[in-house]
Amino acid sequence: MFQFIFKKLMLVVPTFIGITLLTFTLIRLIPGDPIEVMAGERGVSPERHAQLRAELGLDQPLLIQYKDYVVNIFHGDLGKSLITKTPVMEEFASLFPATVELATCAALFAVLVGLPAGIIAAVKRGSIFDHSVMTFSLTGYSMPIFWWALLLMLVFSVNLGWTPVSGRLDVTYWIDEVTGFMLIDTLLSGEEGAFASALHHLVLPSIVLGTIPMAVIARMTRSSMLEVLSEDYIRTARSKGMAPLRVIVVHALRNALIPVITVIGLQVGILLSGAILTETIFAWPGIGKWLIESIARRDYPVVQGGIMMVATIIIVVNLIVDILYGVVNPRIRHNK
Amino acid sequence: MSDSTNTETLSPEQVGPQPQTPLQEFWSYFSANTGAVIGLVFIVTMIIVALSANWLAPHSPIEQYRDALLMPPAWVEGGSWTYVLGTDDVGRDILSRLMHGARLSLFIGCLVVTLSLGMGILLGLVAGYFQGAVDTAIMRAVDIMLAMPSLLLAIAIVAILGPSLINASMAIAIVSLPHYVRLTRASTIAELSKDYVVSSRVAGASHLRLMFITILPNCLAPLIVQATLGFSNAILDMAALGFLGLGAQPPTPEWGSMLADALQFVQRAWWVVTFPGLVILLTVLAFNLMGDGLRDALDPKLKQ
Repeated sequence: MFQFIFKKLMLVVPTFIGITLLTFTLIRLIPGDPIEVMAGERGVSPERHAQLRAELGLDQPLLIQYKDYVVNIFHGDLGKSLITKTPVMEEFASLFPATVELATCAALFAVLVGLPAGIIAAVKRGSIFDHSVMTFSLTGYSMPIFWWALLLMLVFSVNLGWTPVSGRLDVTYWIDEVTGFMLIDTLLSGEEGAFASALHHLVLPSIVLGTIPMAVIARMTRSSMLEVLSEDYIRTARSKGMAPLRVIVVHALRNALIPVITVIGLQVGILLSGAILTETIFAWPGIGKWLIESIARRDYPVVQGGIMMVATIIIVVNLIVDILYGVVNPRIRHNK
Repeated sequence: MSDSTNTETLSPEQVGPQPQTPLQEFWSYFSANTGAVIGLVFIVTMIIVALSANWLAPHSPIEQYRDALLMPPAWVEGGSWTYVLGTDDVGRDILSRLMHGARLSLFIGCLVVTLSLGMGILLGLVAGYFQGAVDTAIMRAVDIMLAMPSLLLAIAIVAILGPSLINASMAIAIVSLPHYVRLTRASTIAELSKDYVVSSRVAGASHLRLMFITILPNCLAPLIVQATLGFSNAILDMAALGFLGLGAQPPTPEWGSMLADALQFVQRAWWVVTFPGLVILLTVLAFNLMGDGLRDALDPKLKQ
């Protein structure tokens, strides 16, 4: 087991080095002089230019620059925002809980709807329910989520007035930030209605962000269940006269879930990149919106640091999923 | 499967059913999948509309009719048949913009798929054929790219190169590379040890000949399926970039940027938002349906 985990950990190292190389090169690919570009139309005086060059370490040889970059990363230093002058790491940390909260709720929605839908579709194969699940999941899978967000907003926020259009909380509430997770903070504050308001704000963005993962999970669960249900041991269990529900839940589901777990883990990347679009539309103050705004403001250190952080998180989550997969399925662990 | 139809058309001279040509066999599998056929019909229609947008579109996609701002679609109160799907906030005909947008989206789809398929096949063949250090280097790079969400990477590339249609296509082509590389490499390795490759090598075929003429044609099936799905990804990603203002620049009639322009009129004019999104959804859906059908037809192993 330890050997298995160690092997997986070792595989992450080159990937991480690659990510640092990538983010390091990206910022150097800006056409023209990076300082001129950063300064934009205002221009920059020669003295300030030289000073900025030294500040950003651009007067050093490339190899030294890269070494400094990596050393700084390990010290948790991703540079400073050109506009707000606060450290990128600090900004990231203050916005990250909002994204995690949104992504978690979206993942919950995806799993709670996608998993049962896939199971029932497989059990009732060929029924109307099966066909509609497949149609819905294919549609969900092809959905441009920014449009889906607008449609839901149009129906539920504008026409029906059930949910708010944007943000995380009504402006009438003022909540002290404790954990950064609005659902928890509103509960801690004890203010009446604040929790409900936070929940209301979460509904639409979670559905929007969870739609594609839900479709993927439903499809995967269905096909994996179908495969397992045709196995001999299921027939044996049935012919022994076991209750149908018990056969499905205890015998089939256990084995069918193994590939589904991997798929759920792989959705983290989709959730984080989907968050970019979802947050932009719902004015959700998280990482995605921050990155897009930084790109628009040409705040390159933020873009570089933000991408670095998101990629790292995805690598770590994928690593955890890989290891969990080995824990659940011994065949993987012992196979090479 | 086509026995019943064959018996009617059999001429007296024929003794038995003719063996199906590969193309016929492919079609009989493909056409058995209703969804795939619907997808194909939709895509063909789309291509025709895109090619003849200049003649079919009732108006110019960029002409602004100042006396007809935010006109609703024809069948709604206040609409007119001059502007069938209504007009946007500066009085441009939505139907015409959608038609010209189809041309753009399909062109981008072609460009992205050609670029990524070409580069992907080359890298995958080299990695699978030569193996060793080359293989490790290429596959490591691919793993790194797979660790990044494709949209985020595309956004980063566009952010650095500057927002434009061409840069966005390049970015999407680069981020969709890994799938093609992996697929080509896997099937190259599988084919490499087969007898026909060995005999061809013994007969003295060069590396290039072995790679491109002997092995490649036998690896194409999964690549064709992936390329179809690549189309839908390209269209979706391009629309997302356009929506974020990182793709096509105004006044280009690109579906994603049409949505972005409409954002502030959501409450007043549902039609400026509904139609572009619907077209994106339907096109992507059509490509996905067709991809599923192709997979069934080209890869009988996956059939249940």
